[in-house]
Amino acid sequence: MIILSFLCLFFFYILIINATHSHAELQRGFYALPGTSFLKNFNSVANNGEFPMMRGVLNSLIVSGSCAAICTYFSALTAYGIYAYDFKLKKVAFTFIMMILVMPTQVTAMGFLRLITKMGMYDSLLPLIIPSIASPAVFYFMYSYLESSLPLSLVEAARIDGSWEFRTFNQIVLPIMKPAMAVQAIFTFVGSWNNYFVPALVIQSKDKMTVPILIALLRGADYMNRDMGKIYMMILPAIVPIILVYLLLSKYIIAGVTLGGVKG
Amino acid sequence: MFVQKKRKLVNYAKWGYIFILPFFASFFIFSFIPLVDTIRYSFYEYFRSGIKEIGPNFIGMKNYASLLQSDMLKYAGNTLILWVIGFIPQIVIALTLASWFVDVRMKIRCQQFFKVVIYLPNLIMASAFAMLFFTLFSKTGPVNSILMSLGVISEVIDFMRTALGVRSLIGTMNFLMWFGNTTIMLMAAIMGISPDIFEASEIDGCNSVQRFFRITLPLIRPILAYTLITSIIGGLQMFDVPQILTNGQGNPDRTSMTLIMFLNSHLRSKNYGMAGALSVYLFIVSGILCFIVYKMTNDNDPDGSKAAARANKKRGGR
Amino acid sequence: MKRRLISVLLAATVVAGTLAGCGGGSDAGSADQGTAPPPAASNGGSEDAGSDAATAGGEEGKVINIYSFNDELRTRITAVYPAIEHTSDDGTVSTLNDGTEIHWIINPNQDGVYQDKLDEALLNQADAAADDKVDLFAAELDYIVKYTDADIDVAMPLADLGINPDSDLSDQFAFTKTVASDANGVQRASTWQVCPGVLVYRRDIAKDVFGTDDPVEIGKKTADWATMKTTAEELKAKGYYAFSSYADTFRTYGNNIAGPWGEAGSTTIKVDQKVLDWVNDSKEWMDAGYFDPTVTGQWTSDWFTAMSSSAKVFAFLFPAWGIDTQMVPNWDGEEGVWAATNAPLPYNWGGTYLVAATGTDNPGHVKDIIMALTGSQDNLTKVAKEYTEFTNAQSVMDAAASNDEFNSAFLGSQNPYGYFADSLSSIKMAPLSAYDQGCVELIQNAFDDYLQGQIDYDTAKANFETAIMERYPEITEIQWP
Repeated sequence: MIILSFLCLFFFYILIINATHSHAELQRGFYALPGTSFLKNFNSVANNGEFPMMRGVLNSLIVSGSCAAICTYFSALTAYGIYAYDFKLKKVAFTFIMMILVMPTQVTAMGFLRLITKMGMYDSLLPLIIPSIASPAVFYFMYSYLESSLPLSLVEAARIDGSWEFRTFNQIVLPIMKPAMAVQAIFTFVGSWNNYFVPALVIQSKDKMTVPILIALLRGADYMNRDMGKIYMMILPAIVPIILVYLLLSKYIIAGVTLGGVKG
Repeated sequence: MFVQKKRKLVNYAKWGYIFILPFFASFFIFSFIPLVDTIRYSFYEYFRSGIKEIGPNFIGMKNYASLLQSDMLKYAGNTLILWVIGFIPQIVIALTLASWFVDVRMKIRCQQFFKVVIYLPNLIMASAFAMLFFTLFSKTGPVNSILMSLGVISEVIDFMRTALGVRSLIGTMNFLMWFGNTTIMLMAAIMGISPDIFEASEIDGCNSVQRFFRITLPLIRPILAYTLITSIIGGLQMFDVPQILTNGQGNPDRTSMTLIMFLNSHLRSKNYGMAGALSVYLFIVSGILCFIVYKMTNDNDPDGSKAAARANKKRGGR
Repeated sequence: MKRRLISVLLAATVVAGTLAGCGGGSDAGSADQGTAPPPAASNGGSEDAGSDAATAGGEEGKVINIYSFNDELRTRITAVYPAIEHTSDDGTVSTLNDGTEIHWIINPNQDGVYQDKLDEALLNQADAAADDKVDLFAAELDYIVKYTDADIDVAMPLADLGINPDSDLSDQFAFTKTVASDANGVQRASTWQVCPGVLVYRRDIAKDVFGTDDPVEIGKKTADWATMKTTAEELKAKGYYAFSSYADTFRTYGNNIAGPWGEAGSTTIKVDQKVLDWVNDSKEWMDAGYFDPTVTGQWTSDWFTAMSSSAKVFAFLFPAWGIDTQMVPNWDGEEGVWAATNAPLPYNWGGTYLVAATGTDNPGHVKDIIMALTGSQDNLTKVAKEYTEFTNAQSVMDAAASNDEFNSAFLGSQNPYGYFADSLSSIKMAPLSAYDQGCVELIQNAFDDYLQGQIDYDTAKANFETAIMERYPEITEIQWP
């Protein structure tokens, strides 16, 4: 246990330590203790007009936040739709989602790019957000969770009380699904935060770039001015926000799991 | 009465369609159309030479045939090996940890802290993580120098140049990145089990091992299936870590080249036809795998022992 | 879900370092020594390039889109193009004195992102709105052939812009014009840098081993590969390594091949004997212990470490850009410890070319920019002094060798231009092909396993064949010498 925790923390430690060393120091080798170049590295990143890091963090927050929100909501909605209702295409729909679950993203990337260019969404943040409505994996998680935690009797009861279907979902089902949604929200957020491939295809202008593209760009431009300390410093803002979000949500998950679920 | 209920169901069915509509609309536009594109081109000779486009010329199954003659199966083997060395420790440790954490009677100190910590590696971008490993395990890296000074080894180990070294590094990374994730997921599942059941089992004199195998495992089966499925898919799609660790080469001797890296090299050369055919293969294989797993974990298995036995067999078999 | 993430890259490539990212990967076209134009100063029409912009502005588009893979081009153009009045803080837009805007579109080279985006834009060029058309783009020597092809016609002949290569660019080195021309000899690109390679060595190690650090004396010890081997043996006896790894020596072989890797329309890749010489010599050197065993390639952290004071590596093989952009930032000791001398075999490595995109709506401005950066002796002198580049102006470079103003503090106040010029004059330019980038990268990768003793020679050959056919779908056969 201790070893595992050590391993987990170790990498963050190195990342942070390295961010505090100058390029020359980093070249000489590896350090166990923080260096003195933290401020210098920080300034060289923060004051660099060519790589609007703050703007990038903001963009990433927008994209990841919206993704997490709409992805979990619509996945829960879809899962509930398939779980709680009987309709002709139910089986077909479910099988279909299971099938597309296995589709590698890379495969559709080229077609995707052509499509959004035709739709006039090239170089905008929307194509990074909207497709996350359809996340088969999140759907499946939600579906499994519903299967194990939502008795249909609860829905029946709500119906007898005269609850409108949509309201039933929002007011009765969603609270029960909170733990699952919190877990998936983190995953989606992290996934979208770290995503490089699709944004790199779609985003063109600097003020719309997300963090991973900016880092790649810095690295590209660094051909002229290589500075490892700076690169570590760039990675730092890339991971700090996710850690913050995670720490916040992790408390919520624990609380949600213990409080939520089916009582009686 | 019966008739009345049925009419009601029909009425509700409408809501089912409405609720799943956004998902399917979005899927249809952003995934299905590009996917159809992909499948269509898999029957064409279609690539770019420089910036000249060659094709598309219809060539039937030729792409599929030439893929079978290539090293595709070897890469599939690589992918499987890499997945297994990452997944087995992951699921074993995740299950242990999850049941350990949830166990009401074992108040582990700093439990919260550990939970937070084990998930952390998953937050780093896979590429940044791979780069860190590369630095740490390089010939001049700290791992070698620590081992040297401890006298464990007499001369530096070049991890990046042996198949075993690279594969175990990739396995370790995948394990580290995903075991926390799996643990949390399983914990959520175990905590969703009604405490009444545990209480009842306690009254019946169940010990903790029995409880784990007889109650916990069967009850979290859906989530377990989910974990397994996502892991298989993740394994099939393994890309970032080996790509960056070996700079896209899958060195040494292409022993750590995964299927997606293979696909990526076709995409890089803008060989849409070949990439399309490879995607279709991938699609079929993962479809079959998931179908098997899904069937296996969802059949009637009241005490869960069958599932456990199968899971064991599976692990042994791979 | 997130396991699918394909977040390729970022900092990771700092370690993984693709060749593409770093000005690498090139062969050079054959320079016809006989027809080299006289170095007479014919800079007419270039000095006042900037002022033309105002007059041309009327019929021109409002936006000039310049595609590039890093900042280099923007800093160079900004330094020499006087029409630029103001550049926005984020470096994406520059405003000219006539109100026209330059939009800098920079995409990183790694993973082919730059070429992907550029290709996509060029393929849509005909349908794009005037302000979205590519006007000017940068291309490295290792893939310039892809764009200068006459059939594809994405690169505008300079003559169509109103530049007469024979008179306006007469001071350029002949081979830079040859490699920027299509199969019919029509020049379609122009560069400001020339990249003859030299050998850069540590003076302190030289004194320790040979008792002298004089570039002339050391030059005798590095005159050719046979002598170099004896020198390497001497270095080894004192605990030093001649070079950091066999990746460093590759260019001296790989950029001196006799025939091109591939030819347009052919489905065969021909491996040159020179390349196999590299494999065999490298194996020999490797086993003899002349390379630093901790270094695993180029653009890796251990390679950069080998350039620092703690390393035991005697020398690196670099053109001018390599000294300025790779060695200077990685050296942590006092200035003046390094010196330049002749390489065992002269070679050329890299170079960024300016290409005017067919269909540009700003031909006047594009012409001015190309002339300002690559056709003006004053500007090329300025760039040489400011960035220690070996610039594409024969007369300027000839003069630089004997001009103290061009001395380099990093090289202990040595003036390296004589060695650059010597290297350049004896280079037999290797013929370029569209396959250079892939071949150079993949052959090194394939034989790396062999040189490290992981696989045998034939497996390495087979792996190269597999990798090439993956990269270039039209290739069906690999010929070995």
